[in-house]
Amino acid sequence: MVLNFIAMKIHGWGKYPYQEACIHHASNHSELRKVIQQGNCIARGLGRSYGDSALSANVISTQQLRYFLDFNPKTGLLICESGVSLADIIDAFLPRGFFLAVTPGTKFVTIGGAIASDVHGKNHHHVGCFSEFVENIELLLPNGEIVNCNRQQNQELFHATCGGMGLTGIILAATIKLIPITSSTIQQRTIKSANLNATLAAFHEHKEATYSVAWLDCTAKGKHLGRSLLMLGEHADDNNLVRSTPRNLNVPFNMPSIMLNRYSIRAFNHFYYQRIKQDEVHDRVNLDKFFYPLDSISQWNNLYGRKGFTQYQFVIPLEDAEMALQKILGKIADYGNGSFLSVLKLFGKANSNYLSFPQEGFTFALDFKMEPTLFHFLEQLDRLVQDYNGRVYLAKDVRMPADFFHATYNKVEQFQKIRASIGATDKLSSLQSTRLGI
Amino acid sequence: MNILILGANSDIAKHICDAFAKEKDAHFYLASRNTTDLEKFSKDLTIRHQVKASYYSFDATNFTSHQKFYDNLPEKPDLVVVAFGLLGEQQLAEKNFQHAAQIINTNYTGAVSILEIVAADFAARKSGTIIGISSVAGLRGRQSNYIYGSAKAAFTTYLSGLRNRMQKHNVHVMTILPGFVATKMTQDMDLPQRLTAQPKVLGQAVYQAYSRGKNTMYHKKAWCLIMFVIRSIPESIFKRLSL
Ligand SMILES: Cc1cc2nc3c(=O)[nH]c(=O)nc-3n(C[C@H](O)[C@H](O)[C@H](O)COP(=O)(O)OP(=O)(O)OC[C@H]3O[C@@H](n4cnc5c(N)ncnc54)[C@H](O)[C@@H]3O)c2cc1C
Ligand SMILES: NC(=O)c1ccc[n+]([C@@H]2O[C@H](COP(=O)([O-])OP(=O)(O)OC[C@H]3O[C@@H](n4cnc5c(N)ncnc54)[C@H](OP(=O)(O)O)[C@@H]3O)[C@@H](O)[C@H]2O)c1
Repeated sequence: MVLNFIAMKIHGWGKYPYQEACIHHASNHSELRKVIQQGNCIARGLGRSYGDSALSANVISTQQLRYFLDFNPKTGLLICESGVSLADIIDAFLPRGFFLAVTPGTKFVTIGGAIASDVHGKNHHHVGCFSEFVENIELLLPNGEIVNCNRQQNQELFHATCGGMGLTGIILAATIKLIPITSSTIQQRTIKSANLNATLAAFHEHKEATYSVAWLDCTAKGKHLGRSLLMLGEHADDNNLVRSTPRNLNVPFNMPSIMLNRYSIRAFNHFYYQRIKQDEVHDRVNLDKFFYPLDSISQWNNLYGRKGFTQYQFVIPLEDAEMALQKILGKIADYGNGSFLSVLKLFGKANSNYLSFPQEGFTFALDFKMEPTLFHFLEQLDRLVQDYNGRVYLAKDVRMPADFFHATYNKVEQFQKIRASIGATDKLSSLQSTRLGI
Repeated sequence: MNILILGANSDIAKHICDAFAKEKDAHFYLASRNTTDLEKFSKDLTIRHQVKASYYSFDATNFTSHQKFYDNLPEKPDLVVVAFGLLGEQQLAEKNFQHAAQIINTNYTGAVSILEIVAADFAARKSGTIIGISSVAGLRGRQSNYIYGSAKAAFTTYLSGLRNRMQKHNVHVMTILPGFVATKMTQDMDLPQRLTAQPKVLGQAVYQAYSRGKNTMYHKKAWCLIMFVIRSIPESIFKRLSL
C-alpha cells in the first residue's frame, strides 16, 4: 500500500479547533515507522480529550488495535491492544465480576488514551491514577523499534509514557490489572452542602469513602458560593452482576449556541441543586449511571453549538484550596457563562510520572462555551492557579500559554530529555505540544 | 451453534461475531486469507465472550480448494456468513482486467463457488442459515465503482435465487445490503457521517434481522429510500450524472 491518504478535518471532544489531518491506521508496523518519519505525527484513540492533544498533520488512529490478547481470572491481569476501549472491557468483564481499578467519567476512551493522559477517577484519593494499575506497556518508538516499558524495564520511558500525551511513541498494547467486584450497582450517598466551606469539610469528613465527587453550582454567589451535592459511592455486594442497559439519547446536531446563556445555565444549576431536598440521600444506582452519567447522551458535545467549547480543569494543593477556590469561583460566577456541570474532586498524592496532572489537593473542572472573551478570562484564572501552586490538566487543555505550563509542571525538562533520547522530539508532536513547546 | 465466517478478518464480520456470541454454545469457525490476524481474532473472541473459536486458511478466489476446505471442517456449520469482499480501484480495473477479475471473483464467483458447496450440505441436512453481505452499490451501476457494483449486483441476485431454491429445504438465506460502513475498506474515504454506519451497530442489526427471520436488510435504513430514489431516475438523465 502506498502512503497517500486523504486529509480530513478532525477535532477533539470540545470541537475546537478543527485540524486538517491525514489519518493513518495502526495495523502495519513498518508502515507506521514511515509515517512517523514524516514528522508532525501523533496517536489518537477515541478523541475524548477536549482540546488539541490528539491533533496533528499526521494522526495515527488506533481503531484497528482492538484485540484482547490475554486474561488471567486468578490475577485479574488483562493484556489488550491500545485501541480497546474501557467500554469494551466493562462489557466483557463486568459479567465475570471484574471492573476497572481507575476509570474517568466516560467509558468511551481507549487504553492508549487512558495511559497517555494518566487519567484519574473518583477514587484518586485512595488509589491514584490509571498508571498505578498498568503493569506493562508495549511501545512503538519513532525508529520503529518496539519496546516493553514497566517498573523494572525501561522505567524512565514508562514514567514518561504514562501521562506523556502520546509524545514518546505509539502505545500498541498494555497489561492492566482489573479489580474483583460482586455487584453491578453502587451504594450511593448524596450529601448536600450549602457553601464552599461545608463542601470541602464534607470531602474531608468522608475521606474514607471509596469514591467521591461533588457537583458544584458554579453560578451561585455570595453566601451560596460553592454549594454542592457530594456523591459518595461504594461497590454493593449483592452478588448480582446483571447490568441493566442504560437508555440512550442523542444530540445529533449542533444546538444553536444561544440556547446556552447565563440564564439557562443558572436555571439548570439551580434546579439541579434543589432537586435534592434532604441533607443526605441514600440510594442504589447502577454502575453506568454512577460512573458515566453523560455517556447515555451520545454526542452531548453538540450541546455547546457550532463554535465548540473547552473544559478548564485545575488542581490546587490542599493547604490553600479553600482560599483559592473562593477566589476562582467568585470570578467564574461573575463571568456568568459557566457550565452545566462543574465537578470538584479530592486528589491523593502525586505519582512520579513526568507529566501526570494530579497532585494532592482539590481539582475543579468546568466547561465553557467558546466565545471571544473566554481565553482572556481563563488567563486570569491561570494566574490565580499559578499563585496557589496549582496546574491545569493537559487532557482538557486547548489554550494554556507555554510559560504558564512550564512554570507549573516541574519535570518538563526531564521529559524533554527522554523524548530527545528516543528521537521523538521532531517526529511526534501534537498541536498542543507545539503550542506548549514540549 | 457452529458458525462459519468466510472472510472473518472483515471489520463487519468481527462485529457480527460479537453479536452472535450470545447464541447458545457458539463455536466460531473463522476463515480468511490472513491467518496471523485470524489467530489474534480467535483468541480475542475466546477471551471477550468465553466462546470457542478456531481458524482456517481460506481464499475465496481459489475455487478448487473450496470443496476440500469445507470437507475438512471438524463439524459442519449451522450458520454461514459470507463477509469477504473487495472494493478494489475502479480506474485500475478499467485498465487492468486482472484487477477487474479479482474484484469480480472475490465479490461474486468465489461466493458462488463456496456457497454451492454449503447449499448442497444444508439441503441434505434440511437445516441451516446463510447470510450474504452484498451492497447497495449493486442496485445501480455508477461510473465510480461499477465493476464492484456489478459483482455485488450478481451476488444479490444469486442470493435471492438461492433463497428461492432453499426455501423448500428449510434453509434460510438472508441478504444484507449495507450502504457506507466505517471499516478498513473505506478508511481512506471521506464518508458522509450521517449515512455511514458503525460496524458494531451493523453487527447487532444483522443479529436482530437473523433472529426475526428477515430476507433482506438495508443498513442504515435510510439507504432503502435513497436507493429507491436513485433507481427511479430515468437512464437518460442518470447517464449524465457524475456519481
Ligand atoms: C465526558 C468526559 C469525561 C471525562 N472524565 C475524565 C475524568 O474523570 N478523569 C480524567 O482523567 N479524564 C477525563 N476525561 C478525559 C479523557 O479521559 C482523556 O482525554 C483520555 O485521554 C481520552 O482518551 P481517548 O482514547 O479518547 O484519547 P484521545 O483523545 O484520542 O487522545 C488523548 C491523548 O492520548 C494520546 N494517545 C491516545 N492513544 C494513544 C496511543 N495508543 N499511544 C500513545 N498515545 C496515545 C493522544 O496522542 C493524546 O495526546 C473525560 C473526557 C470526557 C469527554
Ligand atoms: N465497508 C463498507 O462501506 C461496505 C459497504 C457495503 C458492503 N460492504 C461489504 O461488506 C463486506 C465486508 O466488508 P468490510 O467493510 O468489513 O471490509 P474489510 O474490513 O475490508 O474486510 C474485507 C475482508 O475480506 C477478506 N477477503 C478479501 N479477499 C478475500 C479472498 N480472496 N478470500 C478470503 N477473504 C478475502 C479480507 O480478509 P484477509 O484480511 O484475510 O485477506 C478482508 O479482511 C464486503 O463484502 C464488502 O463488500 C462493505
